[in-house]
Parts: sequence; structure tokens; C-alpha cells
Amino acid sequence: MIGGALALAAGAALFAIAVGAVLPVRQRVVWVGLFTALCAGAGGVAAAAVLAGGNTFTADFPDLFPLGGVRIEFDALSAIFVLATAVVAVPAAIYGIGYSARGPSSRPAQVAWPLLVWGVMMVPAAGNVTGLIAFWELMALSSFVLVLAEHHHNPEARTAAQWYASMTHLSLLTIVLALAVLAHQAGGDSFTAIRAGTDHIGPTTATVVFLLSLVGFGAKAGVAPLHVWLPRAHPEAPSHVSALMSGAMVALGVYGLIRVGWDLLGGGPTWWGATVLAVGLVSAMFGILHALISSDLKRLLAYSTTENMGLVFIGVGAAGMFASSGNQPLASVALAASMLLVVNHAAFKGLLFLGAGSILSATGTRDLDRLGGLARRMPVTAATFAVGSLAIAALPPLNGFVSEWLLLQSLVHSLPSNAAVVAVAMPVAVAVVALTGGLAAATFVKAFGTTFLALPRTVEADQAHESPRTMQIGLIALAGVCVALALAPTALAAPLQRVSLAVGGLADGRPIHTNGVYLQLSGIEAGLSPLLLATGLAVMMVAVLVVVRRGRLRRTVRDIPAWGCGRTVQTARMEYTATSFAEPLQRVFDDVLHPEIDIDVDHRTESRHYVQAIRYRMHIRDGFEHRLYLPVLSVVRRWGDGARRVQNGSIHRYLAYSLITLIVVLVVSR
Amino acid sequence: MSPTGIAVAVLQVVLSIASAPFLVGMMRLIRARLEGRVGAPIRQPWRDLRKLFRKERMVSTNTSIVFSLAPLVLLASAALVAGIVPFLSTTSALDQVGDLFAVVYLLLLGTVFLSLAGLDAGTAFGGMGSSREMTIAAIAEPTLLVAIFALSVSTGSSNLGAIVADTLAHPSRAASPASMLAFSALAVVTIAETGRIPVDNPSTHLELTMIHEAMILEYSGPDLALVELAAHLRLVVFLGLLANLFFPWGIATTAQPLHLVAAAGAVAVKLIVLAAVIAVIEVFIAKVRLFRVPELLAASFVLAFLAVTVSFFLV
Amino acid sequence: MLKLLRKIVQTGRVTGTVPLDAGPRPSLLLNAAHPLRGSVQIRQVDAGSCNGCETEFAAAFGPVYDVERFGVRLVASPRHADALVVTGPVTRNMAVPLVKTFEATPGPKLVIALGDCARDCGVFAGGYGVAGSVADVVPVDVEIPGCPPTPDDIVASLRRVVGR
Repeated sequence: MIGGALALAAGAALFAIAVGAVLPVRQRVVWVGLFTALCAGAGGVAAAAVLAGGNTFTADFPDLFPLGGVRIEFDALSAIFVLATAVVAVPAAIYGIGYSARGPSSRPAQVAWPLLVWGVMMVPAAGNVTGLIAFWELMALSSFVLVLAEHHHNPEARTAAQWYASMTHLSLLTIVLALAVLAHQAGGDSFTAIRAGTDHIGPTTATVVFLLSLVGFGAKAGVAPLHVWLPRAHPEAPSHVSALMSGAMVALGVYGLIRVGWDLLGGGPTWWGATVLAVGLVSAMFGILHALISSDLKRLLAYSTTENMGLVFIGVGAAGMFASSGNQPLASVALAASMLLVVNHAAFKGLLFLGAGSILSATGTRDLDRLGGLARRMPVTAATFAVGSLAIAALPPLNGFVSEWLLLQSLVHSLPSNAAVVAVAMPVAVAVVALTGGLAAATFVKAFGTTFLALPRTVEADQAHESPRTMQIGLIALAGVCVALALAPTALAAPLQRVSLAVGGLADGRPIHTNGVYLQLSGIEAGLSPLLLATGLAVMMVAVLVVVRRGRLRRTVRDIPAWGCGRTVQTARMEYTATSFAEPLQRVFDDVLHPEIDIDVDHRTESRHYVQAIRYRMHIRDGFEHRLYLPVLSVVRRWGDGARRVQNGSIHRYLAYSLITLIVVLVVSR
Repeated sequence: MSPTGIAVAVLQVVLSIASAPFLVGMMRLIRARLEGRVGAPIRQPWRDLRKLFRKERMVSTNTSIVFSLAPLVLLASAALVAGIVPFLSTTSALDQVGDLFAVVYLLLLGTVFLSLAGLDAGTAFGGMGSSREMTIAAIAEPTLLVAIFALSVSTGSSNLGAIVADTLAHPSRAASPASMLAFSALAVVTIAETGRIPVDNPSTHLELTMIHEAMILEYSGPDLALVELAAHLRLVVFLGLLANLFFPWGIATTAQPLHLVAAAGAVAVKLIVLAAVIAVIEVFIAKVRLFRVPELLAASFVLAFLAVTVSFFLV
Repeated sequence: MLKLLRKIVQTGRVTGTVPLDAGPRPSLLLNAAHPLRGSVQIRQVDAGSCNGCETEFAAAFGPVYDVERFGVRLVASPRHADALVVTGPVTRNMAVPLVKTFEATPGPKLVIALGDCARDCGVFAGGYGVAGSVADVVPVDVEIPGCPPTPDDIVASLRRVVGR
């Protein structure tokens, strides 16, 4: 069954690629969308089968490439990531039908889209080094094409694609190095062989492999300071592609790190976990702060991806620390928290990117300061975006809260511990998780509030209409997944146990007990029932409504303007914008963000005492980009300028170079 | 989930809603007396609420459904928390449904909805209030969760019932440095989250200094009544948390009616004492500038952080 | 802090140091079942006053007269208000804002014209910038005469409204 589903996925992907290359534009978009959805759905079925049954599926294609074959090894760890991919890819593909009709309908884009979906699904399924690298590169190239899809009318996409290509190849380079060293030392290409050969790997080699893979997979996961491509590429890619990239592709960085660091290498000393934890803490804080001050909706979501991957890294790092200090049950809980967060993140971030796409195609802008009042113009987008916002802000009763709760539980119960590093690191981690939670709530109040509520700030926002039906289906489906994950996370208790068992180096236990309603953790006296919380909230709301309605209510007056302190004209210009909403928090974190503020004051010519206009400009640079990348880039540029003097296009000079080289070679090799 | 557990939860919700306006009335009365005034009677907040329920509801053309939904969510979340927090008895049916983290995030849910409603009004002051409210909520969050961390270290659980039972079993823990540090941290956050002086002034009339009031400037009639009632209830919830997490004595560990009556008396005394202390403090200090509030909260965070590490380094 | 505490103890209660007019209580404005009985929130609108009335009005809410003890409170938004207290003749610039404030107040609502200017424009009658008295712009329910009315008058009138 698993093999059949995977074959179906491959077939559907191939068929989608074929029709994408052949059919005329209108049918092309529809059929590519449907077959991509089928491909993702089949992959999801395979993943669900593995997670439900617990058996691993393997298949060998030894002669696929000249230098090595591809092996498929589909275990529970692969399955949870494929499941996350399917969760976002199926709705995104259906949504893509409506979205592409007005946007990226070109042949290359329509061929690259099924390739990307299939590539993202097959990376975790790969069971040897060659397979992993092949699918990884497939995924990287097809996503690169898709980032460039709209470059005709959007020059920004070109710079974004350049950054994306550089970072993704930095990532590939380090991963190839890490895996090559690993395969060479362990004496085998397949993961089974590597696992068997870990005894031959010395601690130094293991450390080198771990650090290389941390860089490589970290760049893919978009954790700071390797996140620079994310806030560029995600806004420029078509929205359903951003949804998949942000919801699923980025999570493969986490997959790779766990697979190499804790599955293949079998875990390491405490500082491995501590390093991952530290990267996670920095990313979570950095990501959410920049999301908070972004007024570009998709950029905001991209930074929030850095934050969420940071939270996942915190979970994985904590699990690594607990596992190496022998606390396996707690490690299982931490791992389960991060895996649940991966699935949840796929659902809500996918949903939010699809919502952002819906807004973008209806209004033509992603600038929050130019939106507003869309709730009544686009009710479906508004309702689903609200679900996504509440979920990503980790508010009960939605799904983000469950993973946040699990993560907090695993961190909190690390004490009492006998290690001082744990006693200091864990309160810091809890504080960072809490602060990111609070700031995420502020960020998404801002995002939802300035986009959908009050009055439209521009004509474009005023004239917006709801998106086509296919896009609505995608939005509603993902919102439904969020709600389902929120009410019944207990259904994932057994699958999370299988994942935990699959990663022996990190955890081996039963993280979550459940009787269908309550979530209980192994070794921790704490319970939560998301279902009953939601029920309780609903009961309370109904009770309040009933009590209020029973009173002698007077009429509701509706046709009145808002109270504007008696002003004669009350316009949308008086509303708080996204920038002004974030200003107090930006001031609180001034020392971290270093905003550059210019104020120009123009005076009237008659007198300097009368001000004609004040211009205020604020720019906040990405600190890592400014201090880390730009210096490197400027050095590279200086080298390039130097090289230009040598290579100036004169044939005579090139002939002279050849002659000199020839002479040198003759002299040296004599 | 036993029937008695559900009964206890419902009793807690009803009693705390009924008593919340009286507590606020008492605080106003204490302030009035210290200011040399006679002050309105304690039942005045209930009178105000009753009147509001009988007034017209006004919904401006700017707003969406969020504006009408927010008061419901705000009150419902606070009421649910009142059912979870062990006010009367540790046997509430909701104790296992959510722990302290759930309590914190439920209260944040209410804050988020009210902030959205403030933005939905589409006026400058509404947005200003929302922005400030979220700022304070966001930076209060680390203190809250780290203080919970400190509490759950010695108990081994973040469930409220377990923490209360543990303190009852080991009374000396209530006087431990960790517990006292966590108490002071939570006290500061309580003042910030309930919008009392020095963070926010609940009786201000100047829009530019408002936080909570600015968000609700657009509400009228029954909606306003719900928002006000929810604000009163949140005060009771926070004070009740402070009271029963650190001084749980008097709380019932069973669901017997006699014990519940005694527990109600005990918790009433604790709430009155805490509310009186806050009211007296409010007379003596002034509201701080908005951008001084983060400093106050950072100080409370340091206290909470110390509470966690102290329990490691001293025990 | 100790200094403040000593001051509080020494001063004691100051409400009632000026006794309220002990004459016969005038008839109440609202019947016992009216929603506003026992609780009236006020939004004050200065429609063009010389600020004399404001000073007296503020005194009514001070410790000496303390009208708050009767259930009257000042609020910041007309949405929260039950009664508008309007002072001064209505100037041209304030006519529209006053109407808007009235419209923004949820019913049942009252308008209280405070001071002679509010009742009949007082010395400003016929002035260039004056649009008219408060009653010319919005319906007035209660008038408090005086230029300015004493806090005593204000308290008495507000007690008529609130019924306590």
C-alpha cells in the first residue's frame, strides 16, 4: 500500500509535469493543480500509513544514476515530514489553480511546481546519501525557478532569486561535504550502512559532520544568521509556492539535522544540543522582532517562519540535551513538541501565506499600511486568516497552543537537574519562548487588524473582492486542518511515539499518553485537554450570550460613524497603521533593532516659524545581513574589481598570458 | 470529570463573577476615603453594569464582526479561567483541563480579542490603546511564564491543583526564597495586566494616557457592560491566583458544601486584603510614563528568573 | 510617603465641610424604573464656555462636594455616557461637534445645560461667533442656572437626575 501510494505520487507528479509542458495555458493550470494535489495526497496517504502502522517501507533503485542508485527508506521520521508537506501541498495545489490563472501560468512555472512538491515529499523518503542529495537539488532548483516565476513584472524577484540561489547552494555544498565524509568514514552510501558503521567514526569526524550539517540544514531551515534568503524569496515567490516553501520545505532543514545528527550519528555530547538550542533561541527572538516591525505582509510571514523554525530548533536542541544527560522521557516530550510544531506550522503558515496571496491578488499590494477593511469585502479570506493568526500566536483553543504547551512542559520539567548549564539555559529558553509568544500575538494582532479591520486605507483595498472559488477551497481546507489539529491532537499521540522510537539517538519513549480527550505526558504530572478547553470556551460564550439576551435589551444602533472626538471629518488616514502599531515595541527593543530615523522639516518661505511639511523616514536593517553578509560581499566585490584589471578583453593580453603560462609550465615541468 | 467537579467549577465561575464588581467597588471606596471623600457605595459598579445592560448598543459603520465578538470572548475566557483556578476547592473539574500555561494563554486570548476590537473601531485612540495593550502584554509574558516555571520546579507539575496541594503539604515552601521572589514577580505583572497604577490608570479621562480605556472608547451599552465585567473578573482572577498559589490555606480539598463555604470565606478575606493593598498603593504613587513600564516589567522578569535559578542553586 | 500618610490622617474626611443645601428636595426627574436611576455617567462638552462653569463643575467632583458618592461619574467617551453636560453658548465651530457628540451617545440619554450661557447665551447672546443656546442645537432636559452655578447647585441638580 505504501509503495503503491508512493508510486502513484511519482506518477501523478510526472503526469503533471507533462501536462504543464504541453497543454495550453487555461487547461494547463487546472490539470497541473489537480495532479499536483493528487501527488501530494498520495504522499500523505503513504505517510499516514507508515505513522499508523509503524512499519518502514524500503525500495531500491540501484541503477538510477551513473554513480549510484537511489534507495527509498520511509520510516516514521520521514513520514511526519511528508505528512506536514501533504497538509500544506494539497490545499496549496488546489489554491494554485485559481491563483495561477491570474499569475504564474507560464510553462516553466507550471512544470516546476509539481517537481517542487514531489521533491519536497521525496527528500525525507530518501534512504541513501545519493538519493537525499538528488532530491534535495531537485527541490532547490525547482523552487529557484518558482521564485523567479514573476520576475517580468517584479524586478525584486531577481535579487531575491540571486540570494536564494547563493544560500541554497551554500547549503547544498556543506550538506554534500558532510554526507560525503559520513558515507566515506562509515563505509557505505545507504543510511542502514551508515548507522551500522558509526563505530568507525571518531568524535572529531562526528563533530565536523555535525557542524557542517548544522550549517547546511540550518540554511535551509532559515535559522539566524543563515535566514537572509527567506525574507527575500518568500515574498517574491507566488503565494502557493511560498506556502509550500515556508510550511514544508523549510522544515526539511530540521529533518536533515535530526536525521544526520541524531539518527545516523546516533547523537553526541551535550553541547550539540546546547548549540542547536542556542541557534533556536537567537532565531526565535530575531525572527519575531523583525516580523513585528515588518509592514510587508509576506515578509512578516517569512520572518515569522524564522521564528517558528527557531522554536523547533529549541525543541530539538532541548531534546538533544536531555537525551545526552540520560533523561529519555523528557527528550521524547521535547522531540514530540517540535514534531507537532512542524505539522502545525505547515498548517497555519501555509494558511497564512495562501491568505496573503488572496489579499495580494485582490488588492495588488502586500503593504499593510495600504490595506484595511477587508473583513467585509473578503469574508472567507478574513475568517481563515483569523484562524491562522490565532493559531500562530499560540492561543488556545487552536493548534499552535498545543505545541507551545508541549514545548514549555518539556523545558519546565528539566529542573531540578544536576547540571548548571541546564539550570541557566532552561529559564532563558522559557523566557524566550514566552517573549516570542507575546510578540507573536502582537505581530498577528497587527497583521490581522490592519489588514481586515476598520476602514480601507486605499482605493485598491476599498475595491477588493473575494478570491475565486478554488482559492477559497484551499483556504478553508487548511483552516479546517488547523481546527482539527487543535481539537484532536490526541490522534497524533501514537504517531509521535513512532517518530520518537525511530530516532533512537534522541528519544525512545512514549511522549504522550491520551485517553482521547486529555493529553498527558510521560513522567510529568501535567494535563491538558484542548477539546474540553474549546468546549468550555464555547459554553461560556453561549452562557454569556443567553444571559445578556434575557435582559431587557434595547435596540442596536448601527448606522452611525465611529466616535472621532467630534471631528467633522473622520477618515482612514486617522487610523493606526501597522507601522504605528509596532512603534512602542520597536522603541522597547531599540537597542536590538537600531532603527535609522530621518526627519526632514520644510519651512514656509515667509518665516522659519511656520512648518510646511515634515517628512519622517524610518528604516530598520536586518542586523545579520548588515554586519555579516555585506562585509563579505564587499570583499568579494573588491576581488572581482581586482580581477577585472587582469581580464580586460584585450586579445593581445590574453595571448601574452597564454605564452607566459606556457613558459612557466615548461620551466616547472622540465 | 465528576458531577461534583463540574458543580465546583460552575460555583467558582458564578461566585467570582458576582463578587468581582463588589471588589472593584471596594477598591474605589478605599481610594475615595484616603482622598478625603465619601465615595460611592460598594454596590455602585453593579448598578453601573445593570444600567449599561439596559442601554442602547451602538455599532459604528466602520466595524466588523470582531467588534461584537470581542466582549464575548473576553468575558468567556476570563470566566473559563475562573473555573480552572482553584478558588474554592482543588477538586474543580476543569483542573485537569488546563494548567497554569493554559490560564496565561487564555487570558492572552482575551487581550488579543480586545486589541483587535480596538483596531476595529478605526479611530486613532482605539489603535493607540491596542498597540499599547499588546506591548505590555507581550513583555509581561516572560515574567508570567518564568514565574510559573519557578512554581512548578518544586512541585514537579504546572497544574494549579497540584501546586496548591503541594504548598498545603509543605507549608515551609511558601516562605522559601524562590516562592517569595516568584510572588513579587507575579504581583508586578498582576498590576500591569489588570491595568492598575502605576502602569495604567483605570479612572483616567485623558485619552493620551490611556491603555485599556482607549481600546474600549467605542463600546456602549451591553457590550461595554461585558467588557467592564470582564475587566473586573480578570482582576479577581489575577488576585485569586496570587492569593491561592502562595497562601492556599483555607481552600477546600474536597467538594463538601461546608468546606466550600469556609473556602469561600477564606478566599474572600484574601481577595479583600490584596485589593485593599493595591488600592492603598494607588493613592501613594503616580502613573509612570509608558516607556518606563518596560523597565518595571524587566525588573519583575529578573525577580522571576532569580526565583527559578535560586531553587537550583540553594536547594 | 510617611508625609503623605500623615497628611491623609490629619485631613480626614473633607466631604460635607460645606453643608449641602438642606431645603426641601426638588422633585426627581426620572421615575424609579428608569435605567439611569442610581447611575449616571457624564461626558462634559465645552461648547464655547469661558471656563467659569468648568471650574465649578470640577469642584463638584472634588473631595468637598464629592458628587461621585451619589453614583455620578465622569467618562471619556459619549459612548459610555448617559448624560452630556454642556457649558457655554454654542459657538459656530462647536455646533457640529456637539451634535455629533449627542448622536454618539446611546439612549436613554439626557442633556444638561450648565450655566446661563448654555441656557440663553448669557452675555454672549447675539455675538458674531455664537450659533445659539444649547437648546437651539440639541434637546435639553435639565437646566442649571447661574453664572457660574455654584457646586451646590450642580450637586443638587445632578441628585435630581440620579435620584439619590
